Amino acid sequence: MDSGNTAWVLASAALVLFMTPGLAFFYGGMVRSKNVLGMLMQNFFCIGLVSVLWAVLLFSLAFGTDIGGGLLGGFDFVGLKDLGIADVAEAAENVPGLALTIPPLLFVAFQLMFAIITPALITGAIADRMKFAAWVAFVALWMLFVYTPIAHWVFSPEGWLFQKGALDFAGGTVVHINAGIAALALVMVLGRRKGWPGEAMAPHSLPLTLLGTGILWFGWFGFNAGSALAADGIAAQAFINTHLAAAAALLGWVVVERMKGGHATTLGAASGAVAGLVAITPCAGFVGVVPSLIIGFLAGGICFAAIQMKFKFGYDDALDVVGIHLVGGILGSLLLGFFADSAINPAAADGMFNGGGFDLMGKQLLAVGATLVWSFVVTFVLAKIIDATIGLRVKSDEEAEGLDVTQHAEAAYAYGDFGSMGRSGS
Amino acid sequence: MKLVTAIIKPFKLDDVKEALRALGVAGMTVSEVQGFGRQRGHTEVYRGTEYTVDFVPKVRIEILSDDADAQEVARVIVESARTDKIGDGKVWLVPVEDVIRIRTGEMGHDAI
Repeated sequence: MDSGNTAWVLASAALVLFMTPGLAFFYGGMVRSKNVLGMLMQNFFCIGLVSVLWAVLLFSLAFGTDIGGGLLGGFDFVGLKDLGIADVAEAAENVPGLALTIPPLLFVAFQLMFAIITPALITGAIADRMKFAAWVAFVALWMLFVYTPIAHWVFSPEGWLFQKGALDFAGGTVVHINAGIAALALVMVLGRRKGWPGEAMAPHSLPLTLLGTGILWFGWFGFNAGSALAADGIAAQAFINTHLAAAAALLGWVVVERMKGGHATTLGAASGAVAGLVAITPCAGFVGVVPSLIIGFLAGGICFAAIQMKFKFGYDDALDVVGIHLVGGILGSLLLGFFADSAINPAAADGMFNGGGFDLMGKQLLAVGATLVWSFVVTFVLAKIIDATIGLRVKSDEEAEGLDVTQHAEAAYAYGDFGSMGRSGS
Repeated sequence: MKLVTAIIKPFKLDDVKEALRALGVAGMTVSEVQGFGRQRGHTEVYRGTEYTVDFVPKVRIEILSDDADAQEVARVIVESARTDKIGDGKVWLVPVEDVIRIRTGEMGHDAI
């Protein structure tokens, strides 16, 4: 056990939790004012639902002793059994393969915060039209059948992609590619928002979006630098890489949009920063500073171009989860095949630019491909099942009235006394 | 001259605007309003206490029109705003004594 490592990961876990409300505001500002509470609630509810599922079952299936083939963990940690015993070092040994220098319950908490934000990322794609009950059912099933297996494959030392030697420092595949491709599958079943793409559906509060971006950026230091699971040089490398990639991507996005559209926009700056944070996530502790700047700058420009795809192909990814998280995640995971550097981190293989040849790139392609296929296919099937049973979409007139009142019986903004609101029964 | 005023469902505004533009209407004023007619409001719940909200959000459109065109403008609004559900709103016409364009001082028909 190492008290310094423990202190840093404790702080990091709290930082990562803070990202989910940050994400909620990032997205919430971009929807119309009649749907902002619907968006916030879809995100906040993940904190409640995923936390309980994680403690009861999902941590065990992700990080428990492998049931065979590196496909899924077993039931050894159901209810977090044997992880909270008094001898922390002995408890750590119970978790296979990780050689933890922090209490295993802290590892549980840190990983839980990743599990919370991953389904929350999907909310950006399905904005304004999904029934709340369907969202709750979807999150529970998706965590069990999609997130948990992929977390086991990639993050558990007994997982098959981990054993193949694919690299993912903090969740490029497990979190971003996974959520991005699932978002695509879900909107293909859910359908377009009424009026899209003809009608203007302008963001109702960009200040909220910028505030959310700031919270995400702040929390991402826990996400990436915390993924070192230690307070050491690799954590410091991941920290500075994360920040510089976000900064370069902000510039990259704004430069491209200024050249194409003539204006540098706040939403562009916010989107660029998030694209950079996504792309650096798999690379953070495996590459040097200059590659991080390059990865960030490329992410800003490429994700700007990628968000135009939805108009070409006609899928309504409302707030660009595909364009930013899927494309940014793939970009980072594959650029790692070029830039990974064992001189930065001995646990990394060398990428093509550091004399490692094609070996690592092949493994990265495998990890990306496996995540894409599993997540897309299973998400599509789950969406079809929910649609056929309880239904995915709100009714047409509910969509027109907005999710806030129809799904949650609340209004986000009540200005003045003009509402004529009376307490029922009085 | 006539002032055509319409109260419509907010999400029908784009349809109405496009239909009026196709008719050749050169301008309109739009405001967000609240009110009730036959359509019921909704309930909101805060910490378990239920509140009834009687006023429903609507959009009010105002158009100044020549006498000869006013009925046609009203007809187009009615057609493009209709959903056949309760709460579709109303359109009414009132006579206007004079209209002045502020920039040029043009009056009456020329100011429309």
